[in-house]
Amino acid sequence: MNLEKVTFAFFIVFALTVNFGFVWGEVDVPAHHSVYELYAALVVSLIATILKFGDRTHIGAVMLATSLVADLQLIAAAVVWAVAEHITGTGTTPTVMAHVVSIAGGALLANLMSVILLVIETVTVRR
Amino acid sequence: MVRRLLPILLLRLRTPLVALVAVYAVAILGFVLIPGENEAGEPWRMDFFHAFYFVSYMGSTIGFGEIPYPFTPAQRLWATVSLYATVFTWLYTIGSLLAHLQDPAMRRMVQESSFRRDVRRLADPFYVVCGYGDTGSALVRGLDERGLQSVVVDINGERRDELATDPLTRNVPGLAGDASDPRALELAGLSEPHCQGVLAVTNDDRANLAVCVSARVLRSGLMTVGRAERGETEENMRSFGTDHVVNPFETFADRFTTALRSPGMYLLYEWLATTDEGRLAEPVLPPAGTWVIAGYGRFGRAVARYLEFHGQPYRAIDPAPPPDQAVDMVTGRGTEAVTLRAAGIESAIGVVAATDDDADNLSVIMTARELNPGLFTIARQTQRRNDDLFDAAELDMVMQPGTIMASRILSLVTTPLLTDFLRHARHQEADWANLLVSRLAGLLAEGEAPEVWGVRLDEYDAPAITGWLGEGAEVGLGTLLRDPRDSSHDLRALPLLRQGPDGDEELLPDPETPLAAGDRLLFAGRHGVRARQRWILDNRNVLAYLLRGRAMPESHLWRWLGGLFTGP
Repeated sequence: MNLEKVTFAFFIVFALTVNFGFVWGEVDVPAHHSVYELYAALVVSLIATILKFGDRTHIGAVMLATSLVADLQLIAAAVVWAVAEHITGTGTTPTVMAHVVSIAGGALLANLMSVILLVIETVTVRR
Repeated sequence: MVRRLLPILLLRLRTPLVALVAVYAVAILGFVLIPGENEAGEPWRMDFFHAFYFVSYMGSTIGFGEIPYPFTPAQRLWATVSLYATVFTWLYTIGSLLAHLQDPAMRRMVQESSFRRDVRRLADPFYVVCGYGDTGSALVRGLDERGLQSVVVDINGERRDELATDPLTRNVPGLAGDASDPRALELAGLSEPHCQGVLAVTNDDRANLAVCVSARVLRSGLMTVGRAERGETEENMRSFGTDHVVNPFETFADRFTTALRSPGMYLLYEWLATTDEGRLAEPVLPPAGTWVIAGYGRFGRAVARYLEFHGQPYRAIDPAPPPDQAVDMVTGRGTEAVTLRAAGIESAIGVVAATDDDADNLSVIMTARELNPGLFTIARQTQRRNDDLFDAAELDMVMQPGTIMASRILSLVTTPLLTDFLRHARHQEADWANLLVSRLAGLLAEGEAPEVWGVRLDEYDAPAITGWLGEGAEVGLGTLLRDPRDSSHDLRALPLLRQGPDGDEELLPDPETPLAAGDRLLFAGRHGVRARQRWILDNRNVLAYLLRGRAMPESHLWRWLGGLFTGP
């Protein structure tokens, strides 16, 4: 067992699960989507990205790319939320909530791909 | 190269970056969870947006104050904790970033990457010079003076740094690396289309050999010039097709005996192949008789062999004479009067100080002069910094490997025709050389060295001539030697060699010789003549004026009018 591999897999899977937890629920109901979960999803996703730095294999490059996509989407979701809440003062209306959740849903797909790649990589290593 | 640098840097910075994200995450979360109060004293909680804003300016120690409402003691406690945590994490991150950038391996990568970028950006043809010692620096300077770009690879970083302070008109990229490593050659642009040749002039025969082999293998067809001080290296280099192999000892010994045999030939060599512009070499007249060679190493042996070839007797002095030598050897250092006397210095006509130590060589010369003031003196100089000493010693000839090789290689690179010419000249009689020297001297100003240049009669180099020849007209070589400002005057230049497109060669071609497209010509003449000759080669009207003896109409209208009166 390699501690580096454990941490790596932990953060990648964690990024997916937290992201899923945030997206899960009716898309336009604010009560179904916790701001803390979005925050956790963003932080975990950022850490997962940093952990992927420096891998020069092809699969490593693709994993870094999917992670960057997830970060970008989650940051976009957070910015939309912050703008609606504080700048335009719209608040968490169903429309705003639907926007935020669908953007985070995109990040979910990217995180899913990361996990699939992780599984593929794991399967090829027969140790 | 950023491509390679960035992933490595990011990989090494993974821990600090993760720490930074984690510390920020905890600090932000804390501010969101800790209850605060608004102005009215009502419970209020910071949201993520404001928490991120606050932590951002707190972590970077900008500190805009407590917003949007003054903090409660609990918030202040958390702010204190997160302030230290974030600031220290930032210091840690920046500290390790700087540490990694200072890392010698990383700095080498940064230097290599900027070197490679400089090489890639070169828009002009360039030569790769391996080794920036006495020879390399003289070579780079010479190339620079002739408007040619070079790229330097030297194993010693300090010598590479000298490159930046040397007065060159071009920016010459330098790499501190082992030239015998093919990767260094590759970095230096061996595979770039602009690369014209590789000049291996390090002071290590093995390294030069490795450079020539690598260049041959990696890019066959590229011009390679190698410096070889040992006979076996020379043969080895030639065996795989190195274009030119230059041995400083052989070259000098050859020049010296040329001077011995035919001073005119020596002068011709010196004048045409000199690299010091504007300074004309003095005639050297070494006398015939018995020579004393102090130091029977590579240089001593080369001189001895050439002397033997020309039937000159000699005696050699060496601290450890080879046992199988048939020659007259005296054991000793040559710096003492005893050994010099034993070698018969009083009855000799010249002395060659050929040890590999400059101080010893000067000492040999001084001692020998005291014993026999009329000696012809030759000394080997190994270090360029001793220039002043050797100048002051007023020697008849100084053997300076760096200068000799630099001038030899420069003429090989810049005027390949000159090499062909000198090869032919070797086989000529002494009278032929004397005559040519006096003809050249007649063209030149007092004490001025000639300029030597090559011309190729093709579309690019001589559009006027090829255009004229293409119309079936005949142009004689003499046309190129007339003054474009006044056709009754001659240019002060002499044609030395004509090389036809199918390889036929004519030494000192006659002015009546008709020119053909594809001809290559070698001229020697006064400085500035070359620029005037360019007019004839480039400008159709100038050429027409010289051929017809009068100015020709330059526009269509005047040409048509002229045709009306003189007939087609």
